[in-house]
Amino acid sequence: MQLTDTVAGPGPGGVAPGDPAGTGPRAGGRRGARRPGGSAVLGGLGVVGFALTWEVVAWAQVVDPAYLPRFTTTAARLVTELGEPRFWSALGDTVVTWGVGLAIAVVAALVAGAVIGLVPFLRRATRSTVEFLRPIPSVAIIPLAVLVAGLSREAALVIVVYAPFWQVFIQVLYGIGDVDTVADDTARSFGLGRLQRLRHVVLPTALPYVITGFRLAASIALVLTITAELVIGNPGIGRQIDVYRSAPDAPGLYALVLVTGGLGLLVNLVTRLVERRVLHWHPSVRREAAA
Amino acid sequence: MPENTPLLSVRDLSKTYQAASGPVEAIGSITFDVRPGELVCIVGPSGCGKTTLLKCLAGLLAPTSGSVTLDGAEVREPPKKMALVFQEYGRSLYPWLTVRDNVALPLKARGVPKAERQALVERAVEEVGLGHAMTTYPWQLSGGMQQRVAIARAVAYQPEILVMDEPFAAVDAQTRADLEDLVRRVWKDLGVTVLFVTHDIDESVYLGERVLVLSSSPTFVQEDLTVDLPAERDQLTTRALPRFTELRTHVYEQIQRAKRGEAVAATP
Repeated sequence: MQLTDTVAGPGPGGVAPGDPAGTGPRAGGRRGARRPGGSAVLGGLGVVGFALTWEVVAWAQVVDPAYLPRFTTTAARLVTELGEPRFWSALGDTVVTWGVGLAIAVVAALVAGAVIGLVPFLRRATRSTVEFLRPIPSVAIIPLAVLVAGLSREAALVIVVYAPFWQVFIQVLYGIGDVDTVADDTARSFGLGRLQRLRHVVLPTALPYVITGFRLAASIALVLTITAELVIGNPGIGRQIDVYRSAPDAPGLYALVLVTGGLGLLVNLVTRLVERRVLHWHPSVRREAAA
Repeated sequence: MPENTPLLSVRDLSKTYQAASGPVEAIGSITFDVRPGELVCIVGPSGCGKTTLLKCLAGLLAPTSGSVTLDGAEVREPPKKMALVFQEYGRSLYPWLTVRDNVALPLKARGVPKAERQALVERAVEEVGLGHAMTTYPWQLSGGMQQRVAIARAVAYQPEILVMDEPFAAVDAQTRADLEDLVRRVWKDLGVTVLFVTHDIDESVYLGERVLVLSSSPTFVQEDLTVDLPAERDQLTTRALPRFTELRTHVYEQIQRAKRGEAVAATP
């Protein structure tokens, strides 16, 4: 298993700007000590500030009230919406499309990434193709998906799977490429075979990357789920937003946009929690104990 | 020393790398023997191919020509009878495993039953004085302590030969002295053969029963020196002995000659 030269792989050069790539899990550690109490208060203040600004801007009628209802109106509308069965069925549809799409993307990326990452020949052979396919926006393949699968959830899934797949796939490649030569030599010198090294060295090394990939993929999949529902019209929050747009029902539209934001926040919180649990040993998570 | 048949036998070992600028001869021709129970230090000028030699000995790298024989069998892959301690403890220990699990991993991989494994791990960790740190993670320990964990891992593997690649190059001087004494103690307590690679001349004389001085690249064994210092070594008294000074001066001169490229191969 010659893992060293795979480090040169697509490399940081191949990473789109803003893509935290390999450094993702590590960069987190430099943000300094997190004081849970302090950041919660600050976060709360931020939300209040946002709501206040919205309220003031809407109250001053900077924008036509038909396009920008007040925050309080929207919040009230959200509460009524929460009592509607059609809201919950739309939310359920969105969550199912998102979950199924994400699951397909992650599993496929793990398998493909592991196979391609571990075989230098395959890695070299696929590099340029991957770099070609990866930047294609999911939205650009909507017509293709609709052509193949019709205006259906299947078409939406094609889009929901596409971009998150690359996100995780690339992270798996980086993770496998990051296996330390000394760590691998150590394992070899103690007689660990290929499979044992995969289990005890490669997997733990790649895990922080995979989890970062998963976190990014989860958010992107949510964005794409809503996008698909808006454009293709398969059932879900996205289609409901479009329904309210044409009604026109601005408070309803804004209420649902708030819901999508909340969903994204929830997804991020949960993956971060998982990250902290699984990667307690990783420099981004651990707190150095004085020796 | 107990027997005369060598445990480790290196014959005409050479290694040539293919670089972009053409072949680079890292190791010219190295021949030496290590008898069972010996503590041999290998010292040489920097860039003389110590690490390359070690990788060939450990079966991690195939030599261009020549052979390495361990206990009668030619080394073609990492041998079960050899355990390695690397210089870069921070990369050699796994941060996701506790001290106990790091030491246990090679035994687990070899299929040693759990009860026996635990006993071996505990004994090895006690031997290096880290019995209290079983459940900590390597990154919670100081550099010196981490290298102790790596030594414990090698000891628990129950090798016949312990090969150490500049293990103390990255720790401070005080810790280094402690670790040197630890190596002497482990060598005596366990009766294991030790091959210790270093660039530190004093360290090689203080630790070794024998010192092999390597030439600069393309490398050969420039001198095979027996260290006739008392078996009981002590950081203060041993290093103050006139004989210690003589030996270290001698090795130092050899290294200087090696650097100037004046040296000729030692006659075996």
